[in-house]
Amino acid sequence: MALAGCDRSSAAKLFLGAMGAWNQRVEQALFSPGWLAPELPPSALTPEEAFPSYFIADDMPFPPDNWALKVGGLVARPAVFSLDDLKRMPRTDMRVRHHCVEGWSAVAGWHGVRLSEIARAVGIDRRARFVEFRSFDAGYWSSWDIESAMHPQTILAYGMNGHPLYPDHGAPLRLYSTVKLGYKMVKYLVEVNFLPEPTGGYWEDQGYEWFAGV
Amino acid sequence: MPDASTDPRFGGRPAQPLLIRLSHWINVPLLLLMAGSGLQILWAYPALGPRGAPYWWYPFQGVVPPRWATFGGWLAGARHWHFAIAWFLILNGLIYLLYLLASGEWRRRMFVWSRDAGGAVMMLAYYLRMRRQAPASDFYNGLQRLAYSGVLVLAVAEVLSGLAIYKPLQLWWLAAIFGGYDCARAVHLSVLALIVCFAIVHLLLVALHPRTLVQMITGGGRG
Repeated sequence: MALAGCDRSSAAKLFLGAMGAWNQRVEQALFSPGWLAPELPPSALTPEEAFPSYFIADDMPFPPDNWALKVGGLVARPAVFSLDDLKRMPRTDMRVRHHCVEGWSAVAGWHGVRLSEIARAVGIDRRARFVEFRSFDAGYWSSWDIESAMHPQTILAYGMNGHPLYPDHGAPLRLYSTVKLGYKMVKYLVEVNFLPEPTGGYWEDQGYEWFAGV
Repeated sequence: MPDASTDPRFGGRPAQPLLIRLSHWINVPLLLLMAGSGLQILWAYPALGPRGAPYWWYPFQGVVPPRWATFGGWLAGARHWHFAIAWFLILNGLIYLLYLLASGEWRRRMFVWSRDAGGAVMMLAYYLRMRRQAPASDFYNGLQRLAYSGVLVLAVAEVLSGLAIYKPLQLWWLAAIFGGYDCARAVHLSVLALIVCFAIVHLLLVALHPRTLVQMITGGGRG
């Protein structure tokens, strides 16, 4: 039964592609833009050293000295935000369960600014149905549907478990949300672009599903 | 064992009607693909329990499934197969269930406590060599009815726990029934193990009573 690598027969690919498209429609229909993941108590926290931290570069990425977040695309007022700029915006805290595509879960606290807050600040255009997130981790990126991006529990996090984000979890800024699998939540952010079309993603372009909602 | 001739009580239907045979055999490749792709998925995190708090009772923490038992090549491929085939498995199951109810076939196949509990115990005692003779049975014996009803319950639990893992937030109420994401995941693997146990015993007993295999292919009209 074991296959060495992906099945390459075109019939299988057609079948999986069709079912994948169908499943995405089902996932999007299941998604509720207002349904919130429960806040968990401090007792539920995963010890921070037990919470895996992944990056794709050869070495752990460290932020450049002149780091800033560029926000652009289909927006009225493209902007550049420093960490202080983001910290001046309304802060959201949450302690929630993380789901990795590998199958593990973990609990952590995250704090930062809602992506919807950023979108409002830059004047997001109605034609922007998708958002892409770019990083300084060897080009790691992802793109999302706008509905999940605007969910109240989708934030740009600059803090974890009450302290500033450390490099192992994406310092100085990472995307965090309760509505997606971990690989969609880009760490080491540098750019957020609101776009009319999706632009894939690092894992998505290698074969992982694009929607990846939980 | 089922009567070789067509049963007048069941509309002259053979021992194994066509739809039952079809859904039975369709299950074989579907279940193999689901189990194989599922084990490939398990490969990526072969542990039960959340990070930092593994379940103490699970004896195989960190033990990866053997390669030959996996299907899909890697995590992404396995997920695509698993979520694709799942639809067909569920469809097959629903058609079987609907037929079971609508045709009345459930009456001679499903476990009814008052009718079958005693027969199941006596049949088990016979297999364990504690009884010299098998009890009389009508179509299926009590133990068969228990087994086939039980595996149906397992199948439903497997599907529901799978959905809970798949969408722990959007289907939060389903995940809650199973005690949350990690618990649902443990149920999903444990129930797979039970289904495998069922399959092994099933194959063993079919091998001991080969006429049942013929009936599941031909319907049993001529025995």
